[in-house]
Amino acid sequence: MSRRTQYLLFALWVILLASTPLWASNYVVRLAVTIAMFTALTLSWNFIGGFTGYPSFSTAAFFGLGCYAGALSERAGVPMLLAWGIATLVVGAFAAALGAIILRLKGHYFAIGSIGVVEVVRLVISSWGSLTGGGDGLNLPLLAGGPNVVARIFLAVMLAIMIVTFLITVVVDRSRLGFGLRCIQQNEDAANMAGVNVTLYKVIAFTLSALFCGTIGAAYASWTGYIDPSDSFSILMSIKVPVMCLLGGPGTILGPVIGTAAFTLLEEVFWANFLDYNRAILGVVIVILIFFLPGGLLGLSYRDAMARIGGMFGRTKAAA
Amino acid sequence: MTILVAERVSRNFGGIRAIDDLSFALKEGEIVALIGPNGAGKTTLVNLLTGVLRPSSGHIRFEGQDVTAQRPFEAARRGLARTFQIVQPFPKMTVLENVAAAALFGGKQESVAAAMAMAREQLEFTGLTQFSERSAAALTLAGRKRLELAKSMAMNPKVLMLDEVNAGLNGSEIDGALRLIRQIADRGVTILVIEHLMKVVLSLAQRVLVLHHGQLIAEGSANEIVRNPRVIEAYLGEKFARRFTAEAAHG
Repeated sequence: MSRRTQYLLFALWVILLASTPLWASNYVVRLAVTIAMFTALTLSWNFIGGFTGYPSFSTAAFFGLGCYAGALSERAGVPMLLAWGIATLVVGAFAAALGAIILRLKGHYFAIGSIGVVEVVRLVISSWGSLTGGGDGLNLPLLAGGPNVVARIFLAVMLAIMIVTFLITVVVDRSRLGFGLRCIQQNEDAANMAGVNVTLYKVIAFTLSALFCGTIGAAYASWTGYIDPSDSFSILMSIKVPVMCLLGGPGTILGPVIGTAAFTLLEEVFWANFLDYNRAILGVVIVILIFFLPGGLLGLSYRDAMARIGGMFGRTKAAA
Repeated sequence: MTILVAERVSRNFGGIRAIDDLSFALKEGEIVALIGPNGAGKTTLVNLLTGVLRPSSGHIRFEGQDVTAQRPFEAARRGLARTFQIVQPFPKMTVLENVAAAALFGGKQESVAAAMAMAREQLEFTGLTQFSERSAAALTLAGRKRLELAKSMAMNPKVLMLDEVNAGLNGSEIDGALRLIRQIADRGVTILVIEHLMKVVLSLAQRVLVLHHGQLIAEGSANEIVRNPRVIEAYLGEKFARRFTAEAAHG
């Protein structure tokens, strides 16, 4: 798929999501907010997991930290938008400092280390009761207007963050940074030898993967009006985001967008039809998809698939 | 004028001294061969010179500057390029992109487009133009060795270290590689060749360094080196060396 087609599809997708309040029920609008939010998270993860090839499971740590940084700022009297900005910077700085340490690990070790980060941050937040309210969580001032108005406001907010992460992805993809990250993904030692400052590039990618998770976390906290540690630092989020990216096509521009859309819609279908076993069915579907689509939906060669199907028919005819 | 100097460099791995108090200098524009039996420390020495490993003691100077603590990407940007004994391509990129990566980062090109142009030039030079859009993983061994050369040339090197670029190649492929190496030297690049093949050493090197157990045991022209009893001993063992010298004395 050419780059221009990918940009066009993305634009159409944004228009479709943005127009949901005009033609769909509130349930669908809320679904559109969730899709926009997860698309932005997946596009963020794509910097470290897709371009650079480091399997990070830290998304929930960045998201949760963003929730708390935003909530605490708002409770201290900072205006909402500024609080989101503070959350973004706090999470970015946290990721840069953490990345300098944790990115020394590779492969499975990095994956386990990045999961550990989620747990450590969650434990610190839930134990530091005097500041964070501990297990009781924190309440935030609710936005004026009914739930419908609020849902529309946050649809706009999440779409804006999603568009920004997409634009950054486009810029990174075409730049020196993206080239260097792809080199690291394929052979880190060779990249180092070719003159890529691998440590710096990895830390930049890790920070980019965290930055907007912070904004999204803070916006999510403002949206729901209440946060607690187990909701903010959900390990399921850390797993869902990489799976969405892998499903769509890691290291591509549109892959994370397609993957998130496909995954969320599958989840909806199974949730609606198999209330008891939906997670189990989803798990099986994920395993199958990853086995048979190693490059994601975008990596699929539709021409090859058609040729194979055509070949099957050709053979039956010959046999007859 | 000397360009690259090692001053009393040592490197230990646990209790093993892979490089032991080694000193040498490369002069600008010369071709020097580094030979030695398996496990002598040749690749370790290249790793020390390019920042992959840090010396346990001693100093490395490049163009008068102390570069002992440099990291590999800094070495590449300075103009200390190397090829790998075991070739290290970016397998999923095209041949062109592989070379462009080296040009962009090591060769300090301004933009991706400039790096691509530089890469095309080097592919032309190494005779890989026809493969430029293929994936690097699809090249033959000889092709991948050439790709390594093209990558290191794209970095605009001042010193080029060739770690067994001829290993595993057949006769005519070696001749092709030798021609290339001579052409690179003609451009004024200082070359350190690490070789097992005496044909290559004898036909290329103006000077030969012999490494054994991490120490330099001999240094001189190729013809002096092949007659040096210590070198023969290192390669073939003490007993054979004695017999060989005795036979040589009897004519």
